[in-house]
Amino acid sequence: MSSEAGQQHPLGIYYKIWILLFVLSGFSYAVDYYHVEGGLRWFLVITFMFLKAGFITAIFMHVVWERLALVLTILVPPVALLFLIGFMTVEGNYTEGTRYQYRGDDPTLMPLSPSDIHGGGHSDEAAH
Amino acid sequence: MSETAAIQGTPEGVEGLVEDWASDKQTYNVPWGKAMMWIFLVSDTFIFTCFLTGYLNVRLTTTEPWPLQTEIFALTLFGQSIPLVLIAIMTFILITSSGSMALAVNFGYRRDKQKTFWLMVITAVLGASFVGMQAFEWTKLIVDEGIRPWGNPYGAAQFGSVFFMVTGFHGLHVTGGVIYLLIVANKVRKGHYEKKGYEIVEIAGLYWHFVDLVWVFIFAFFYLL
Repeated sequence: MSSEAGQQHPLGIYYKIWILLFVLSGFSYAVDYYHVEGGLRWFLVITFMFLKAGFITAIFMHVVWERLALVLTILVPPVALLFLIGFMTVEGNYTEGTRYQYRGDDPTLMPLSPSDIHGGGHSDEAAH
Repeated sequence: MSETAAIQGTPEGVEGLVEDWASDKQTYNVPWGKAMMWIFLVSDTFIFTCFLTGYLNVRLTTTEPWPLQTEIFALTLFGQSIPLVLIAIMTFILITSSGSMALAVNFGYRRDKQKTFWLMVITAVLGASFVGMQAFEWTKLIVDEGIRPWGNPYGAAQFGSVFFMVTGFHGLHVTGGVIYLLIVANKVRKGHYEKKGYEIVEIAGLYWHFVDLVWVFIFAFFYLL
């Protein structure tokens, strides 16, 4: 073991990625804070999510510095999961469609928010 | 930077890939513990993705309206309702702990026992505070908001079951990680890795970064979308 160099890198890169992760998390949070909605919200949140995931795996988990044999062992099997997600999306949309079509469920129902139930704002939480 | 895992005289890239698999030797040029940790993490990826895909499926198929997640997770601070503030703090804590873990791994390879030990302890403390905040969040959801695995007052009943299952499973990973880090940190302090090498700190680090990685996805899918 001791003959191996191990994963030894300059500290600077860790600090840079660390700050970058904070910034990206801040961006994700800003998307919610400024009420970005619809397609743009999905696009931004998922972009920031994959960027964060990529930097953590690549730099913090040292994947960019590993040999290709290990990198492919890590990254190739999860491709199967993309198929699972794709199939389940198609299947889920179909199931939902049949439920509206044949059970007559109401597609215009809206969820209740906490203020509907607690009656005006969340001020009772201040007790915490 | 490219010097790291390469053995002297072995080709990099695709040529190296072919050689690693075709030569009559061990395929992965890493300590066995690290290869096993990676295989464990890949399988854990499958578990979490299956959970998240289950979530995707119930959320798509239910005809009940899905609860407004950003409003449910809002918290009142200083008399103002701030959306997702606790979750934001939890996210920043986990990223901070990931950074301190990365530094611990680095100082481990520099054979700086003191710094490695303390950075691992800091990481574990941050992890424990994350679990504490999660317990607080769950308490708020269960007691104040009336959210149960079998139903809630806001909309689709499936919300509670997937939420508690996925965040609970993640919380268990964090808890396990805290214990694991403390055990390894204690061994670092005692100098167990002076002869053996500090790869074990890196292996523990891999697990910890993975826990942070899973949170990145949970943060996006349960809280933001």
